[in-house]
Amino acid sequence: MKPPRFEYHAPTTTEEALGLLARYGGEAKVLAGGQSLMPLLNFRLVRPAALIDLNRIAALAYIREVDGQVRFGAMTRQRAVEFSPVVRQRLPLLTEATRWVGHLPIRTRGTIGGSIAHADPAAEYPAVLTALDGEVVARSARGERTLRPRDLFQTYLTTTLESDEILTEVRLPAMPAGAGYAFEEFARRHGDFAIVGIAALIALEGRRVVRARLATAGAHPVPCRLRAAEEILERDGLNDEAIAAAAARAGELVEPDSDIHASADYRRHLTGVLTARALKRARARAGER
Amino acid sequence: MPGPVAVRLTINGTPREGRCEPRKLLVDFLREDLGLTGTHVGCEHGICGACTILVNGEAARSCIMLAVQAEGSEIVTVEGLARDGRLHPLQEAFREHHGLQCGFCTPGMLLAALDFLRMHPDPTESQIREGLSAVLCRCTGYQGIVNAVKAAAPVLRGGEHRP
Repeated sequence: MKPPRFEYHAPTTTEEALGLLARYGGEAKVLAGGQSLMPLLNFRLVRPAALIDLNRIAALAYIREVDGQVRFGAMTRQRAVEFSPVVRQRLPLLTEATRWVGHLPIRTRGTIGGSIAHADPAAEYPAVLTALDGEVVARSARGERTLRPRDLFQTYLTTTLESDEILTEVRLPAMPAGAGYAFEEFARRHGDFAIVGIAALIALEGRRVVRARLATAGAHPVPCRLRAAEEILERDGLNDEAIAAAAARAGELVEPDSDIHASADYRRHLTGVLTARALKRARARAGER
Repeated sequence: MPGPVAVRLTINGTPREGRCEPRKLLVDFLREDLGLTGTHVGCEHGICGACTILVNGEAARSCIMLAVQAEGSEIVTVEGLARDGRLHPLQEAFREHHGLQCGFCTPGMLLAALDFLRMHPDPTESQIREGLSAVLCRCTGYQGIVNAVKAAAPVLRGGEHRP
């Protein structure tokens, strides 16, 4: 239960970190908040030749509004997200989801970029990124590219980030004023990984749903956009029947696995139940702002 | 392979220094190198919360942080709570309300509760339960702990208590 030996680097600039990462040619791991990587090191499930610790790179921690987006430096702590007035105003779905990320002492260290790059299928931030159809910036010594969630998440704990790339920024489009939203989650105990979680966003014009967004945590190898369920709402509105139909469709769209915590059937069932709950709460909130 | 490196930090208001390998966990550095055994090692993978300390005023788990990462930081451990032979008001509340049984989780409970009360000075019982879910008590004596935190909240709101 102690980490194996590694060479340790704590660069103070992103450029320096990218240079180190390229130098180790895939043998180094990037250390962000450490709330997932450190347990893996303690168990010796990973044995990198080197750790490149991003915690001394002050330029990677910020929350900025730019062109209708809220941009987060990858090392922005989940705790900073939780208590950010900008996030509460522009991305209340993210504020609500953050309360489900581990516990406050975890959020003290855990980062938005680390959570997304780790790509745990049960984690909340990948689901929010997917529901809001945000993007991430990946940088390497070779250059920079932006990735949408569907191009980023491949499968369990696996992204398309190259071994010399660092996820440096997360960009989320500000939610439309008055949008309804909810993050619903079921876990055995608060702070555990989700058995299933649902991120929901609803934008209304009058009674018409102009945009419905639904994404899962825990129900699929990657966060799953429930597009066919969204289409039911965009066509039929937000009455109870439409919500029930969207929830039933949601359960059909995911392909969960069974594990020690829950069977695949149970996860599929929960996907429907939580989708309905999330939509009803989102409906009650729509038009609030 | 990497040799020992110097780690300088402030613990409970006192500057301290030690040398350790980069892979050394902060909790082991506190206990083995600095002799501060008040912080307990439980699960060693960030689940149980027994090793919770304050890092620059915010609760964090010291078993999933490297000692080298704490270079230059200000740490508060359970040893820093009592002053001049008097218990911290939160510790008083734990004693008054039977907030501990075996005591193993208590250091982590206290530091997690302090941070929680700073962020939620007037919490509801359900907020307290959610906040304290960060630390596991295997005696399952949660009711006394919840009562203690509830009782401590107005005392901490009312006075100047450091940390």
